[in-house]
Amino acid sequence: MKQFWKSMLKSPSGVIGLIILLLAISVALFGPMLFPNSPWRMVQRPFLPPFTLSTVPLGTDALGRDVFAGMIFGARVSLLVGLVSTLVALVVGVPIGAMAGYFGGKVDDALMRFTEFFQTIPSFALAIVLVAILQPSIYSIVASIALVSWPPVARLVRGEVLSLRTREYVQAAVVTGQSNSWIILREILPNALSPVIVLASLMVATAILLESSLSFLGLGDPNLISWGYMVGAGRTVIRQAWWITVFPGVAILISVLGLNLIGEGLNDALNPRLSREGR
Amino acid sequence: MPKRVLLGLLLACGLAAPALAQEPKTGGVVNAVIQPEPPGLMLAIVQNGPTQMVSGNVFEGLLRYNPKLEPQPELAESWSVSEDAKTYTFKLRKGVTWHDGKPFTAADVLFSIEMLKQTHARARTNLAQVDKIEAPDDHTVVFTLKQPFGPFLGIFEVGSMPMVPKHLYEGTDWKTNAYNNAPIGTGPFMFKEWQKGSFIRLVKNPNYHEKGKPYLDEIYWQIIPDAAARSVAFETGKVDVLPGGSVENFDVPRLSKLKDTCVTGAGWEFFSPLSWLWLNNRQGPLADKRVRQAIMYAIDRDFAKDVIWNGLGKVATGPSASTIKYYTADVPKYPYDPAKAKALLKEAGYKGEKIRMLPLAYGETWQRWGEAVKQNLQDVGMTIETIATDVAGGNQKIGDWDYDIAFTYLYQYGDPALGVGRNYISSNIVKGQVFNNVEGYSNPEIDKLFADGAVATPDSKRKEIYEKAQKILVEDVPVAWMLELQFPTITRCKVKNLITTAIGVNDGFKDAWLDK
Repeated sequence: MKQFWKSMLKSPSGVIGLIILLLAISVALFGPMLFPNSPWRMVQRPFLPPFTLSTVPLGTDALGRDVFAGMIFGARVSLLVGLVSTLVALVVGVPIGAMAGYFGGKVDDALMRFTEFFQTIPSFALAIVLVAILQPSIYSIVASIALVSWPPVARLVRGEVLSLRTREYVQAAVVTGQSNSWIILREILPNALSPVIVLASLMVATAILLESSLSFLGLGDPNLISWGYMVGAGRTVIRQAWWITVFPGVAILISVLGLNLIGEGLNDALNPRLSREGR
Repeated sequence: MPKRVLLGLLLACGLAAPALAQEPKTGGVVNAVIQPEPPGLMLAIVQNGPTQMVSGNVFEGLLRYNPKLEPQPELAESWSVSEDAKTYTFKLRKGVTWHDGKPFTAADVLFSIEMLKQTHARARTNLAQVDKIEAPDDHTVVFTLKQPFGPFLGIFEVGSMPMVPKHLYEGTDWKTNAYNNAPIGTGPFMFKEWQKGSFIRLVKNPNYHEKGKPYLDEIYWQIIPDAAARSVAFETGKVDVLPGGSVENFDVPRLSKLKDTCVTGAGWEFFSPLSWLWLNNRQGPLADKRVRQAIMYAIDRDFAKDVIWNGLGKVATGPSASTIKYYTADVPKYPYDPAKAKALLKEAGYKGEKIRMLPLAYGETWQRWGEAVKQNLQDVGMTIETIATDVAGGNQKIGDWDYDIAFTYLYQYGDPALGVGRNYISSNIVKGQVFNNVEGYSNPEIDKLFADGAVATPDSKRKEIYEKAQKILVEDVPVAWMLELQFPTITRCKVKNLITTAIGVNDGFKDAWLDK
């Protein structure tokens, strides 16, 4: 573990990514305590430009709502959706991939055809359809993002398991009569974890983008403010009030960038070949 | 400049224009936006908004209405009412011809009414009180009513009762008649061509029965599907007229600040769209009158007018818009008063039960309005959950009474008997349909007042009845009235006199002229 942090902190992109993520998480956790007012509250005159009043530093939107408060509360929704939907996707994707790779044969065929079924449908289109059918709410959004993002996980895990399956220590475990689930959980998966973690960090970024796109199209949860919603709502008045779209847009950009940098850092830190070369 | 725009709105520059007493000039082509593309142009069969807007200048009705909704001569040059208010005699204008040269006579009127009864739902309802219609000669039509019907003189507007050429439609299958695609009317403009998805072209009727009119040579109705592109088309000078509702609200201030641009909210008096929140009177906290009153106090309707509708419209005082006959402002008032709303909620024993709200899926403006109202209601302690739906889904939920609060707006057609009563009388509680009494308000006294009001004579009696009905309704708050909407018409100022009637652009090109 110490080793991991050491190499993680050595990669500059990883450090920058971690700082951004920590910042975003602390904003999401503690921001609402500093701004107890609902971001939906009309606090000032509409279309107030940014940096004119210290109480609404980033200006107000078309209804006079505080853009800064919206960004803080939006962080919560964006991060929550990103993390939870990724977690759900892992919970679905990892077992399917592991079983396909370990058992092979017909099980593998069946599970992989099932996975490909999801992969052939453009993921964003599928997400839109699902949210539209289920009615936009935070649950339907998390569910549909998870549903479109698990197939790559399954395929990655399957590939890893397939190669680990033939290693001597796995065969030794088989010979000593360990149960299949023991072998998968104790022998194979821990060793397949590194690429999955890297993938997961990128999936969080993708999920944030997906949620933003859905909200942008008006398919967000109407009861929760999110960055994508703010961009979508401000888009039509961008000629009069650029700040309504630009600030949440920048927030999306930075947080997605941060997660990508973390992914890169993790890749460097977790890849034994790369880290050995470094030393 | 903003001040001038505001003044223009207040004075309704279309109305003020005649006072300037400029001599109309003839000639010129006007480009107007039509949104969305109409499904057809045969006004007797298709009554969509855009159809009325284009074809109202091709067809004509017996009467026209000024912004006060007083009848004006159109195809009928004069009319009289019998003592018992049951017989209406119309004298038709002489020398009127159809666009194909055939003369317009009383036989066309009789035929049109027979046809409209089958093709036009609202005309059928409007004509329900008519016992018989006769034509003693070619230029006289006599309507005999079963019983006096107060709003009768209000049903002859071109969109409600367009005159159809008998010689082209009699004995044919109306729905497939070839003239549906190239309509023949008596109006100031003749249909010339329709490039689907691109434009509809009308040309001047040289034989129009009012000498000297119309002044314009041609009208191009440009079809531009994207709202932003419509704004740009006006900015770049491709179009000169943006009828109400053809651009998004937030573009109105920007466009109205452009050079030589006039904005008016006039021209909707006949429709008088009134917006309100359906409140489901049947179940939950909203079944309590005090909660419904609290909603009225809790919502900042001036904010909605000034911010969401960019200052257009008027805060509604009750079930009738102020432009509707027998409107009274002498009703209980509901100013923005969150403290009073909280007190009423407390008194009613409301404890934060969840209330579902359906915004109207008509675009940005309505979405923002939903958010603002939700915030207003939450500020007084109500728990509101917004349900996102599309138009069809929302209509279905409302029709099935599966909602607590829902946004809507409806046309009022000038008279409480035509457009107001339908939303409050208990015989109109019909599940599965929208735009009736979906709130489920049932009050025998109101039922009786609206039943009496439609047939009462004389006018003063109707006034008394409807004023009483308004007071009762405003006290009971069956729905939460929001704003009298105004859909601003944006024009290049050189287009003069376009909006002079209660239906505005729909029949306005007759008097319009271009100041070159």
